[in-house]
Amino acid sequence: MMLRVLRGTVLAMAAVWGPAALALTAQDALQLVEGTIGERVEALARLAAEPDDQAAALIRALADESVRYQDGRVFIVEGDRARDAVSGETLALPEGAEEPMINNRLRGALQTALAGLDLLADDVATQRRAAATLQASAFDDPDPAQLPLIDGALAPGHADRLDVHARESLLLAQAALQLGSDEVPVRQAAAQKLGDARQPIVRALLQQRLDVEEDAAVKASLKASLSAVDRSLATSAALGQVFTGVSLGSILLLAALGLAITYGLMGVINMAHGELIMIGAYATYVVQSLFRQYLPGAFDWYLLAALPAAFLSSALVGALMERSVIRFLYGRPLETLLATWGISLVLMQAVRSLFGAQNVAVENPAWMSGGVTVLGNLTLPWNRIVIIAFAMLVLAGVALLISRTRLGLFVRGVTQNRPIAACMGVNTARVDTFAFAAGSGIAGLGGCALSQVGNVGPDLGQSYIVDSFMVVVLGGVGQLAGTVYAALGLGVINKFLEGWTGAVLAKIAVLVFIIVFIQKRPQGIFALKGRTA
Amino acid sequence: MTTTTLSSHADLPSRGPLLTRGGWGSILIALLVVCAVAPVLNLLVPEGSPLHLSDYMVGLLGKIMCYAICALAMDLIWGYTGILSLGHGLFFALGGYVMGMYLMRQIGTDGNYKSELPDFMVFLDWKELPWHWALSDSFIATLALIVLVPGLVAFVFGYFAFRSRIKGVYFSIITQALTFAAMLLFFRNETGFGGNNGFTDFKRILGVPITTQGMRMTLFIITGVTLLGFFLWARWLVRSKFGRVLQAIRDAESRVMFCGYDPLPYKLTIWTISAVMCGVAGALYVPQVGIINPREMSPASSIEIAVWTAVGGRASLLGPIVGAFLVNGAKSWLTVTFPEFWLYCLGALFIAVTLFMPEGIVGLVRKMRRAGK
Repeated sequence: MMLRVLRGTVLAMAAVWGPAALALTAQDALQLVEGTIGERVEALARLAAEPDDQAAALIRALADESVRYQDGRVFIVEGDRARDAVSGETLALPEGAEEPMINNRLRGALQTALAGLDLLADDVATQRRAAATLQASAFDDPDPAQLPLIDGALAPGHADRLDVHARESLLLAQAALQLGSDEVPVRQAAAQKLGDARQPIVRALLQQRLDVEEDAAVKASLKASLSAVDRSLATSAALGQVFTGVSLGSILLLAALGLAITYGLMGVINMAHGELIMIGAYATYVVQSLFRQYLPGAFDWYLLAALPAAFLSSALVGALMERSVIRFLYGRPLETLLATWGISLVLMQAVRSLFGAQNVAVENPAWMSGGVTVLGNLTLPWNRIVIIAFAMLVLAGVALLISRTRLGLFVRGVTQNRPIAACMGVNTARVDTFAFAAGSGIAGLGGCALSQVGNVGPDLGQSYIVDSFMVVVLGGVGQLAGTVYAALGLGVINKFLEGWTGAVLAKIAVLVFIIVFIQKRPQGIFALKGRTA
Repeated sequence: MTTTTLSSHADLPSRGPLLTRGGWGSILIALLVVCAVAPVLNLLVPEGSPLHLSDYMVGLLGKIMCYAICALAMDLIWGYTGILSLGHGLFFALGGYVMGMYLMRQIGTDGNYKSELPDFMVFLDWKELPWHWALSDSFIATLALIVLVPGLVAFVFGYFAFRSRIKGVYFSIITQALTFAAMLLFFRNETGFGGNNGFTDFKRILGVPITTQGMRMTLFIITGVTLLGFFLWARWLVRSKFGRVLQAIRDAESRVMFCGYDPLPYKLTIWTISAVMCGVAGALYVPQVGIINPREMSPASSIEIAVWTAVGGRASLLGPIVGAFLVNGAKSWLTVTFPEFWLYCLGALFIAVTLFMPEGIVGLVRKMRRAGK
């Protein structure tokens, strides 16, 4: 807050800075609209480096293609009136005023100039965006004509008004432009500065210079910067892979947590588990549509309502499944497998009949779009971050449910020794239903989360069923810890292999790995020891 | 599997002949129907006549007979040995792909690009055949590979799986993962199996055009005879001492081991035989249907084989064949008339069969006969 007030004051004082430097002359204005493209670009660069209000207005107008000129006067069109760009006099647009020609080169230069103007803006976001534009254009196509503009912005008087990140971008842009300088020390400093950049494109820039550079010292700096860039690129690439791996792992974890209860604890092979995930995703879709229609103001918070809706709808379907089919098949896993596969077909077709066979669109709320940028070129999307956090929350919830609640105690008791639990007065049938419903509901939560990162369609569940079974099988039956390690491990391994071999081969490699792994440890990573197993 | 309810005493092999006199009679009638009645009805009876067997029906029946072979194979491994495979679609597709490769080579230069190479390779800008296509020009080699490829894959996979005593649901899930992985692999263009589209547009087999009525009928007869042959072979297998051990493994594997038998070779043999049968079915399927693509390997197609077997009745050899005909007949009728309802029906079938008729149609018939006596 303090800072903003300060910046405001500084800006108010600096408002005097522009016009005081030099006023826009008629000659300047004419140079901008007449003559060869080369001359006009030069004039533009000169004006943009030291802009006053009139020049700024003219440049913006030129970019909007609302500039006309006639008889040595330049006008800015404003509705049906025109304003003289130099004197500021307002008049009717003279008949036959010409429109200056703008080609791609000039348009590029205008863009740079506009970015230069935006650098003077008050708010940080505009400054950063402008600096990023300048940096990108300097990296893409270093044009020495831009240098005065950037130098001007970085000049001692103005630089302290700049945001730190914007300043850093400008310094890098400056270095990129100075790389072609005739003076050895400037080149060397630029080469050293570029070592801080974390973008692949800088590599090419440095390499190009290295190929033509003759000075030994500059060469050494170029090489040092090159390897620095390489190092930072490699680190951020590796970090990025770990992040996407963890993100995939957390999705697998969400898909598998429900299974850890229904299959891991209760021993029910539920091939319709993927469809329970899908139901959660569709419940999210329904809640989203309701919010859009009846509560558009609260749209950003529809997920809060979608979570219980997803949990309850999946839990309800799960409870129905357990009461009507699965309960008659306890102890006959192969039959359970076939029957639940049948249920999955029915559920899929039901969703198709209700919502159509096409994917439906589930939008991220505004606070989940975008991402945080770390290490220069690595952006972590918010929706992935939220899902990782959410997976951890659900994991904690399930762990508490099993270890701390009465239901968890009953579930453990019933799965360990059903007759004794029944003798103790536990209603085992009801415990089965509740446990199965809880596992299904967690699948629904997973579906709610998945709807934020992937497509929602009737086939959604099919793509997760094999994966989630693999997670549970790999992690070991009846083990939450195993499920967690297996899910995260599979996610990270999968993403690393993907970088190496491509997505499909990575998936195959992981499946083969699991098949081989099961050979060695059929009981999974973590096996229960002793009589409970 | 521990206590299956399937071990009806009627199945226990007696040392009698392979089939009763009536049984042999039925086989003969079936053979006659396939080899004489169907061709006559299709080729000689004029088209308008109510007795005429349309080409569509010939294709459909031929296809379903291939499925029936799969169901029979599934019955050997699931019904008689108690091992539920959810990966039999893989073996079916492997056999189909071997046949498909041969048929692709038979197209010769008649493809869209008029090239020696199959069209999809021209499309990918490949200059020569990849190594695994080396034998695809020879029909004899293709016949051998139809047996060898699924057999070898099944043998290697089965050896590792059974050696580490993977059983029950674990085995089912791993076989499902296996066929899923293979499907992903075959979807790739680089693997040289035509990717997404697989193989299609076949022109001829052994130089004879594939779409003629005569060729279709020949394939139909071969499929029918193969089905009957496999049925007799399976009958002989399950009534032999080998088959008795298999059923003992199904009912009480530990006890079999304590009696001094090593289950590994038994399981491995029947597993490989079952896979080979599926491979042969796939090879017969491809020229009749005219297409093979990786979707045959999807987990859903494999699990459907299990449901044909379950509907007909496990641990009876006639059951799976009946099941395959009923389910697929219903499927081809429903997908045309009520396409929306097919999945509901299939799903309900899965549930109903497991809940209400664990012994399938054959079990129902038996129960009714017993009640009638």
